[in-house]
Amino acid sequence: MKNAVKTIALAAAIGLAALSGAAAQQVRVGFAAEPYPPFTSPDASGNWEGWEVDFMKAICAEAKLDCVITPVAWDGIIPALTSNKIDMIIGSMSITAERLQTIDFSDKYYNTPTAVIGPKGQDFEPTPEGLSGKTIGVQVATIHQVYANKYFGENGATVKEYQTQDEANNDLAAGRIDAVQADSIALSDFLKTEQGAACCDLKGNVKDDPEILGAGVGVGLRKGETELKEKINAAIKAIRENGTYDEFSKKYFDFDVYGG
Amino acid sequence: MSEETVSALALTELPSKRALLKPHRIVLMAIAAVLVFCIVWFMRWDWVPKYSGRLVYGVGVTLLILFTTSILGFLLAVPIGLVQVTGPWPLKLLARGFCTIIRGTPLLLQLWLLYYGLGSLFPQFPEIRNSFLWPYLREAWPYGVAALTISFAAYEGEVMRGAFAGVPAGELEAARAYGMSRFTMFRRIWLPRAVHRALPTLNGETVLQLKATPLVATITVIDVYAVISKVRQETYITYEPLLLLALIYLCLTAILVVAFRYFERRIPTRGA
Amino acid sequence: MADAGSLINWSLLALEPPGWGGVLLAGLWQSVQIAVGGYALGLLLGTGGAMGKLYGGPVTKDLLEVYTTVVRAVPELVLILILYYAGTDVLNKMSAALGFGSVDISGLAAGIFVIGVVQGAYSTEVLRGAIKAVPAGQMEAARAYGMSPLQVMRRITLPAMLPHAIPGLSNLWLIATKDTALLAVVGFSELTLVTRQAAGSTKAYLLFFCAAGMLYLLLTLLSNVLIGIIERHYRRGLTRHA
Repeated sequence: MKNAVKTIALAAAIGLAALSGAAAQQVRVGFAAEPYPPFTSPDASGNWEGWEVDFMKAICAEAKLDCVITPVAWDGIIPALTSNKIDMIIGSMSITAERLQTIDFSDKYYNTPTAVIGPKGQDFEPTPEGLSGKTIGVQVATIHQVYANKYFGENGATVKEYQTQDEANNDLAAGRIDAVQADSIALSDFLKTEQGAACCDLKGNVKDDPEILGAGVGVGLRKGETELKEKINAAIKAIRENGTYDEFSKKYFDFDVYGG
Repeated sequence: MSEETVSALALTELPSKRALLKPHRIVLMAIAAVLVFCIVWFMRWDWVPKYSGRLVYGVGVTLLILFTTSILGFLLAVPIGLVQVTGPWPLKLLARGFCTIIRGTPLLLQLWLLYYGLGSLFPQFPEIRNSFLWPYLREAWPYGVAALTISFAAYEGEVMRGAFAGVPAGELEAARAYGMSRFTMFRRIWLPRAVHRALPTLNGETVLQLKATPLVATITVIDVYAVISKVRQETYITYEPLLLLALIYLCLTAILVVAFRYFERRIPTRGA
Repeated sequence: MADAGSLINWSLLALEPPGWGGVLLAGLWQSVQIAVGGYALGLLLGTGGAMGKLYGGPVTKDLLEVYTTVVRAVPELVLILILYYAGTDVLNKMSAALGFGSVDISGLAAGIFVIGVVQGAYSTEVLRGAIKAVPAGQMEAARAYGMSPLQVMRRITLPAMLPHAIPGLSNLWLIATKDTALLAVVGFSELTLVTRQAAGSTKAYLLFFCAAGMLYLLLTLLSNVLIGIIERHYRRGLTRHA
């Protein structure tokens, strides 16, 4: 009987291995499985679209990689990378010293300031004093969470953490929180939507803290994969130089998203 | 759901302690001890002291949610069970529909429907926004409590329906023969006997409810699951916090089971 | 402010883009695939588990006891997280050690694996209870006739235990369909997650969550009809008991 148990277990293991198919040569690109316009968002036909999707296609074409989009929950995206579920992260992830302890990054591919939005008709500055006593929403496992906890949370504000940026925006519109801190482009995109325009406006950019807010957004990679990293760095450089980068960026932005 | 199925889903009895000293168990325990030692020694646990305060708070929130929703859910389950047995047909239909819908859809979906769906609707009405309820409706926990209560009520409502229907007709006839009014009969005989019959299922249902509580973390309630998620995000350690979390839930379940065992001994329910 | 129009904007549910109906149905299909796969894997593990728990050696029994105890005491959500990250990692390393090379586990296979392992513990308990309900005399008689253990299993135990197992197993199927929703938390594109994405993109939260609820409910009701048919078939000749 014990053998029967073993046989069944082995059969199950082999069955699973067979199910998983032979897609070994592909590069699985992970990003957050949530609407994060204008960078990545699902459309009604089940495809992903946005600036970062265009960026991914451009560098994969440039580096001749066979990339497949693999949406992952944002709060588990680094474990997904380290446990081999995905091979790189293209998910507006800022290069920070803290993350560099666990994963590796390519060179930056965009860099934008961090902003705070709030309800219309309420005037406050995006400073520790201005947000004191208010509830501010941020997405978990982001630089904004770290920043808000350090500068606002320790100065009398309540920091509420959301699984996705979309939920934080929605709760701001629903009046459950008083402010949202996030990437300035993502927020200005939200303010352009019907819901965002009705409820909220920009309160300003926060004071920079390079140690927390990092030096721009890079492609997240597993440590030690230097070959892939070099390929991607070369591809980023190439699309910057041959104009591809500017071409698809123009579709989304009227300013230089690459930053200084 | 029958009692057997519930006990297949939720631990309702602790493994027996008999013969802990059989030779193969000693070997197994030695292996387990080595395993635990390896886990403690080779994995990273340096974050535990830093978060211990928050973990205790999180366990408190989990237990608070568990008990409030179980008690509220049970109170709601009594009328739901009752009208299915004896109510007028519109109420009967309503109660049956309620149970079918809640039991037929995932709790996670119900939770998100309440919090994101209904919750984003409220502020559009100035009357609600200006009412005294708004400070509570702004928070996340009322939605979590509501969803878990409703779910518990639907599952336990089915049990109560069976319990009400299963009270022997002879007992009710005897009560009527004593000249009790319908309400007195309900209060003195029918309800206590039905609750008595339903008590054994509470053990399993409560453990199932405990297993459902971490879902509230997805709507920003800070329970023990949310604290562990925070640890995972802040330290970039994946497995250790999850192992600790599993251990915490194992202990909570064990405590629940022991507590129920104690109460069951004091209230003889089986064979009632 | 109350925008009634956006609540009942049915065109959002159209099957063709810009409607999101097609995406929801694709999500439902994913959920059903995982539920079927996970349930089947669970039954496989459960059969082995029940056999091991009833007839296995002392070590097998104890190990299985640990398995079913842990799964029944720890929330599915936590198990799913652990299995999703650690389980596939371990499977990968195991297959590498066995010489199969590192396998690339697809999202679907990981989902089936996760739901299957959880369901396995539940089915172990359900099947064990059902086998125990078969009178021992019947199996002893079969053995006395000189049937091999496999023959006893096929001719006596299985047909005799099925009526006892079916109610429990059908409940497990319904639970499997609903547990797939938990995979939304690890970012798997099943019905609940695509619903949330659709709702987030269009801001029509109530509409989409209600629509997904209807889909789950339809799945449950349809399953109930099928279960009823199966139950009637296998309960032929048995007295009805409450």
